[in-house]
Amino acid sequence: MNFAPATMPWFAAHEWRLMWRDGIAMMTGGYPARRIALIIGLVIAAVLMHLLANAIVAPWAAAGVVPDKPTLVIITGTGFLFWTVMLSQALESVTRAYYGRSDLDLIFSSPASSRAVFAVRTGITALTTLLLACLLASPIIDVLTFHDGPRWLLAYPVLAALSALSTALAVLITVGLFRLAGPKRTRLISQIIAAVVGAGFVIGIQAVAILHFGNMNRFAVLQDSSFVAAMPDLGNLIWAPAKAAFGDWMSMLGVVAVGAAALAGAIVFASSSFGRYAIAAAGVSHIRVSQHRGAVKFRPRSQKQQLRIKEWKLLARDPWLLSQTLMQVLYLVPPALYLWISYGQTAGTYVVVIPVLVMAAGQLSGGLSWLAISGEDAHDLVVTAPVSPFAVLTAKIEAVAVVIAIVFTPIVLLMLFASANLALITALFAAVSSGSATAIQLWFRVPMRRAMFRRRQVASRVSTISEALSSVFWAGTAVLVAGDQWFAVLPATLAVVTLFVAWLLSPRGKRV
Amino acid sequence: MSDPAFALEIEGVTKSFDRPVVKDLNLRVKGGEFYALLGPNGAGKTTILRMVAGLLQPEAGNISVFGIDTRKDPLRAKSVIAWVSDEPMVYDRLTPYEYLEFVAGLWNIDARRAQVHSTELIEWLGLAPHARERCGGFSKGMLQKVALAGALVHDPKLIILDEPLTGLDAGSARQVKQVLLDKVRQGVTVIMTTHILEVAERMAERIGVINHGKLVAEGTLTELRKKLGAESTLEEIFLDLVAQKEMDVETAVDAAA
Repeated sequence: MNFAPATMPWFAAHEWRLMWRDGIAMMTGGYPARRIALIIGLVIAAVLMHLLANAIVAPWAAAGVVPDKPTLVIITGTGFLFWTVMLSQALESVTRAYYGRSDLDLIFSSPASSRAVFAVRTGITALTTLLLACLLASPIIDVLTFHDGPRWLLAYPVLAALSALSTALAVLITVGLFRLAGPKRTRLISQIIAAVVGAGFVIGIQAVAILHFGNMNRFAVLQDSSFVAAMPDLGNLIWAPAKAAFGDWMSMLGVVAVGAAALAGAIVFASSSFGRYAIAAAGVSHIRVSQHRGAVKFRPRSQKQQLRIKEWKLLARDPWLLSQTLMQVLYLVPPALYLWISYGQTAGTYVVVIPVLVMAAGQLSGGLSWLAISGEDAHDLVVTAPVSPFAVLTAKIEAVAVVIAIVFTPIVLLMLFASANLALITALFAAVSSGSATAIQLWFRVPMRRAMFRRRQVASRVSTISEALSSVFWAGTAVLVAGDQWFAVLPATLAVVTLFVAWLLSPRGKRV
Repeated sequence: MSDPAFALEIEGVTKSFDRPVVKDLNLRVKGGEFYALLGPNGAGKTTILRMVAGLLQPEAGNISVFGIDTRKDPLRAKSVIAWVSDEPMVYDRLTPYEYLEFVAGLWNIDARRAQVHSTELIEWLGLAPHARERCGGFSKGMLQKVALAGALVHDPKLIILDEPLTGLDAGSARQVKQVLLDKVRQGVTVIMTTHILEVAERMAERIGVINHGKLVAEGTLTELRKKLGAESTLEEIFLDLVAQKEMDVETAVDAAA
């Protein structure tokens, strides 16, 4: 297909080509031969997700789904959960459109319209947000369609409308931040908002469930009869997306019209300022940040101390990383809250928080270890220094371990007041999960710039998957050990096998 | 047995990646010498220097720095070497002072001495107005000066620089060249790769020309001129040497065919 140069379709084709190649490169790690394995992997994942969705939804569908108020509340609440994730994703993408410098300098220096570029990029953001939503929701929609009829297919246009709405809101938030906070702070605030929005609603509803109902099931709130009764009547417009998903054509058309209008309006509103703000954002990289103004004083430190302090300084001064860590810490709020309100109850109630803590320890360690071990901006400097590689690695691992300890120790101490045994189990398996994630990062270490953090998965899919699996298996082991179950040995074995396979597949494993 | 009088001794060093990059290389640089390593793109210059700095391991051969075998005693060898690459190795979120404190710490330099030396270097390189700003917003020239200060803060006996003048403005380039010449006057050995032949011609005492991983010519500018005629410029000598090698390679390929 041929498009006239510098028109919106031409830009769209250009963006699509870049996005497609980028996506394939990310998923195949840059090895074209892995495409077949990728397709097989995606098919298997899709089948597994549909089977899982079937197990959850089939009994509900078999009982007959009626669009009554409690059902609409459940669907609307679940849809809102999806939408917050979509908004978080859209906010990140829109911010990247302003701050990503890959080709903006070229485009802005050309006679092409920056409005067209913005419109296309915003449209692409809406599309990628829709793809993410489909990835999460399509197994449920497909299973409902299979069991309850094709009316559920109307849920797809609803998803498209929600992605358009989230993108429009993300654009308005970003422009608002540029006006209120300026280009220097917009990216950081936007990243924090994205992190809080992505996790906030899930955590908030979980916190309400804990405080009000005493359990961690977020659906407890949505299923509560007094909550349902307090909701607006069925004729209220708030139920339109849920009704549309149920197969109501009029509601669907209304929801789609609102989504499309919001997106178009946001594009028209923000496109005129896009060039101005993007250029202002480009100037941010040249802004110099001053540190303390006091007297310079070099402190006597060992080589390992220097390395640890350098890691902590870099972690503390990295806003994006702070927002990611904040998100991980936010996920710890519900279990901490649960511990707080369950204080003095039987030890059995504490068991539910153990897997959350163990998994969070693994995931946080994985990210921090990558930054410390692989994300070394002055790799040549550290390698050419008269410090043994072992000393460098141990110093970096110690730096990560201290951060993990600072995050998790207060929660473990809280547990200690109620049950020393459970606190010990949590501390032990959080340490094992954290150590496993660090070991995986160690085996798969590839020197990269810290700025490549977002794309660290490109280095190895195996490391990403094995890091997640080991966290899950250690979390399972911890909860079973806490429950005195002998078959705790099964997830523990799976965790060890995962680590062994990761080691075998790693460049370090192959070298031996 | 390695001679400590030589700042650098390379004997029979070979290195391959997907193809041979350095082939049975022998090279000696005397202590206190300014040595320029020239060669076309992909000739193997950076690979040679990275092996000396300990960033790559040779497949065969030996490398000694002031008589210290870099493979047998890497930490002792590294303690006397400074490496400066064309891409400045600086942390965006540290200030020049913090960076120098970190580097001095890695080289186990006494904190008080390092602080005094860092202040001198920062003044010397014209970084004083920006010494407490994070390096993230610095220009390429400023970053290269910070990296150079990092290389000098631990008083190395051998400074290895890979294209240190790339991307620098005239003022910064002049400052860096002056710093290097001062160091040579103080007895430090400097080995530098550069594509700017004029720099090699003016600054280096001896010049080595690398092509296809081999040292194809070496000597002072006068010695190199003798090979091609007294009126030749370094550019003419260089181009002639590289072209000669290309012809040799083509002849060998034809013969093999």
